[in-house]
Amino acid sequence: MNGAFAGLLREARKALLVCGKDLRIEWKSPDNLPAMFFFGLLVLVIFNFGFEAITPSFVDVGPGMLWVAFSFSGVLTFAHAFAVEREGDALQGLLVAPIDAGTLYIGKMIACFLSMTLVELAILPLSALLFDFNIVPVAGSLAVVVPIHTLGYAAVGTLFSAMAARTRRGDVLLPILLFSLSVPLMISAVRCTQAALAGGAIFTGPAGAWMAMACAFDVIFLAAATLTFEYVVED
Amino acid sequence: MNGTKAAGAPSGSGGRSGACAAMTAGQIGITLLTTVFAIATLYGTFFYAAREKVMGDVQRIFYFHAPAGIICFLAFFVTFVASIGYLVTRKRTWDVVARSSAEVGLLFCSIVLLTGPLWARPIWGTYWTWEARLTTTLILWLLYASYLLVRRYTDDPDQQARFAAVVGILGFLDVPVVYWSIKFWRGHHPLVLKVSGGGGLEESMKTVFLGGIITYILLYLCLMAIRVPMGRAEEELRWLEAGASRRGAGAPISRT
Repeated sequence: MNGAFAGLLREARKALLVCGKDLRIEWKSPDNLPAMFFFGLLVLVIFNFGFEAITPSFVDVGPGMLWVAFSFSGVLTFAHAFAVEREGDALQGLLVAPIDAGTLYIGKMIACFLSMTLVELAILPLSALLFDFNIVPVAGSLAVVVPIHTLGYAAVGTLFSAMAARTRRGDVLLPILLFSLSVPLMISAVRCTQAALAGGAIFTGPAGAWMAMACAFDVIFLAAATLTFEYVVED
Repeated sequence: MNGTKAAGAPSGSGGRSGACAAMTAGQIGITLLTTVFAIATLYGTFFYAAREKVMGDVQRIFYFHAPAGIICFLAFFVTFVASIGYLVTRKRTWDVVARSSAEVGLLFCSIVLLTGPLWARPIWGTYWTWEARLTTTLILWLLYASYLLVRRYTDDPDQQARFAAVVGILGFLDVPVVYWSIKFWRGHHPLVLKVSGGGGLEESMKTVFLGGIITYILLYLCLMAIRVPMGRAEEELRWLEAGASRRGAGAPISRT
């Protein structure tokens, strides 16, 4: 049992190394994060024009708008995650390293998750500002709801981006696959975010059931993706 | 195309090269059986099944619509199992079965999505609503269309099989989650007819419904019986072409 735990820690360290590498690359030459941020912001602005004729409340349309912004900018980060490995055939280097494919996946996934979270941290206050909403009292609920759903999205997105990077029209294939598969997660995200913005309970009632489903989604697809990642990257 | 038969050419062609190959006895048998059941079910649909009280004759679309939905799920389950089978064994037959089942399943799913709105319009007054079962079926259609798109956009055959297998597995895992989430999101399927456990269906309707299910199962098997050998022949052809180009033997084999 002790050996298994030590082994798990070792794999966790390797995953964090991979994640750290990606984040360091991004830190040295910020390529991805600015693009994600501006794209997300642009989506918010465009949505605003779409709703201008009727003046809806932020609690009603905000969640949908926010999650469209997050999911579209998420696609950018997933596409970037494996595009960056194409230079100098870096992916080959990763694959011959003494690192399990599942561990590599977890590392990449955490990097994507953190990128998305950084962008969300920037966009949420900005959206509250643009739509005249006081986000401070609900920040705690949002801090629970948003990461849980981002995690599931990153889990599926990272796997499919590895696939899409090696196909023709991967830029089109990634959103098609990702959006089709993550429909339940998106529904849950909008529902829970709405409950959070309205100041309501997120662990009980309907929102609680959605949170449970989101957690189940995260677990199922993290496990499935970790197990199947090796089949996607093998030669 | 010259008349010489390459070694290891696909069997089941009745020994003829060139134009359309003869069907095997099994394929003919299942086609005949399907035709018989289809004719019987069609007769039952229009002449035997009782006229529904509330919806009238429009309800008869049900006998095309519901069995297609059930067998479409079966087809996608077969794709799921075959995808796992391929990843574990790496035998191309599993891959051919997975792809064939996905194609047939997508066809049946399209039937559901076409007959549904045709039925909904006179009954609900609208072609489409975003309720549980319709949305689930639409998402299912998108998932398996993207399964086939992944195959189309991946050039390397080995990669294609692996990627498709992964999508086939994850897609099917998603189905119950999608169904639950949309059911919880939208509430009820506003249908007068309740088909659970055979309750609520009159005798003649139950018979025709059962006939419909058997017909669709047979249709599925019939289409698979034709598509799978076709897929295996395509694999053989690809193998032969790859071998020819590797050996640098003369002009490449033309596909036409």
